[in-house]
Amino acid sequence: MKMNTESNAYTIVYAIIMVVIVAVLLAVVNQGLKARQEANARLDQQKQMLVALNQDFSEGDPAALYESLVRDTLLRDGDKANIIRFEVDGATKYILRLHGQGLWGGIGGYMALNDDKNTVFGINFNHEGETPGLGGEIVTEKFRSQFFGKHIKDAQGNLRSIAVLKEGKTAEEGQERVDAWAGATITSTGVSDMLATNLQEYSTFLMESNACCKEQTTCGQCRCENCNDNCKDCCKEGCDKCCQNGCKDCTCCNGGQKKCCQSNEKCCKQEQVNEKED
Amino acid sequence: MALSQKTKEAFLGPLNVNNPVLVQILGICSALAVTVQLKPALVMGISVTIIVAMSNVVVSLIRNSIPTRIRIIIQLVVVAALVTIVSEILKAFAYDVAMQLSVYLGLIITNCILMGRLEAFAMTNNALDSLMDGLGNGFGYAWILVVVAFVRELFGSGKLLGFQIIPDSWYVANGGFYENCGMMLMPAMALILVGCIIWGHRSINDKEGK
Repeated sequence: MKMNTESNAYTIVYAIIMVVIVAVLLAVVNQGLKARQEANARLDQQKQMLVALNQDFSEGDPAALYESLVRDTLLRDGDKANIIRFEVDGATKYILRLHGQGLWGGIGGYMALNDDKNTVFGINFNHEGETPGLGGEIVTEKFRSQFFGKHIKDAQGNLRSIAVLKEGKTAEEGQERVDAWAGATITSTGVSDMLATNLQEYSTFLMESNACCKEQTTCGQCRCENCNDNCKDCCKEGCDKCCQNGCKDCTCCNGGQKKCCQSNEKCCKQEQVNEKED
Repeated sequence: MALSQKTKEAFLGPLNVNNPVLVQILGICSALAVTVQLKPALVMGISVTIIVAMSNVVVSLIRNSIPTRIRIIIQLVVVAALVTIVSEILKAFAYDVAMQLSVYLGLIITNCILMGRLEAFAMTNNALDSLMDGLGNGFGYAWILVVVAFVRELFGSGKLLGFQIIPDSWYVANGGFYENCGMMLMPAMALILVGCIIWGHRSINDKEGK
């Protein structure tokens, strides 16, 4: 018997079967390849960060190189994304993730800052679909290298970002600039805006004084939420104790002004004990 | 294995006299988007060839069971599923290529060549002919893309596949006489180039009385 392929019932059943087969097929493929895809995406991110850190991974294993450089992840109040701390040739570098909007789609990147949270050590850009030859050129060494050594703060220490401007145009007072890519005005403006808005999102971290870490003795301004090794090393006195006692979110204490978080009484108690002993 | 005349024609026709871009005027939109540089044009050409060939075969195999009223939807589902699977596989095994293709891969679904070939050929022909038709149209599309991208990258950026071809010393900036043609980087130039190729193609083939 030849089926009537034009009947309503056949059409509906056919559509349903088709959809189910395709859905199952796609689900199987997706699940089967997920682990590999995620590993690839992770490796890709690590490679991008290595590029931002001016590391050459053409020979050798990028993942191993990444592991050997990465230290820890910091998250400050008010910062929207994680900041990753690296150690390159003995010096601390911070990597901030950037994301913004280009002409055709999203653009992003990683900015590596020196220990002073001001000087750009390296930078890397990526984009979803900027025009090859124009906006797409933001990934090139020629564009990126303009940023090396630039400062994101002015002489007074205010956060100013870096402007991407057409050749010949001067930036605002106190702001440093790089040349936009000729013919890619909107992408270049996108990069400029991305830097300005993203750096603002990291302002808590960027404006935070790291005097504590340098002086090594007083813990006046040291905030030790997250209690990373960096914090423990730098604040020998109060912060250190505070961290050891498992305090996660305390603003460390200085003289008479104690300001411990409510969520962690242990920290506050420990400090009080210390004071009594004094 | 000797291929029948029809099978050969299905493969060879689209390369020249029945070229999808030049004669059927399909796939123009993507020809504008991906031809600024040679590399994305090559990759796009290869991807489209693979997808057209595969979807042609699948649709041809199920052609007798497809209800006429929903045939376009069925064709679309087949293409979309294939594109998704290919993109998933690329992401898992050739991540760099997948990233390079990014939006273009999705664009394949909307490529008119696919729907055109499925509707015009695969729905009425057997799987082998459909495979050859898909390959032929894919290559026919690819070579136009490559020619346009070759001209645009060479004269627009002075490079080919990312390598500098025009010597640096020729440039005005370095005291030479040459400057890249910025017009080549604009999508409009792809249209003009395709127009020129169609012009040449028509005038040659018309002389032969085709």
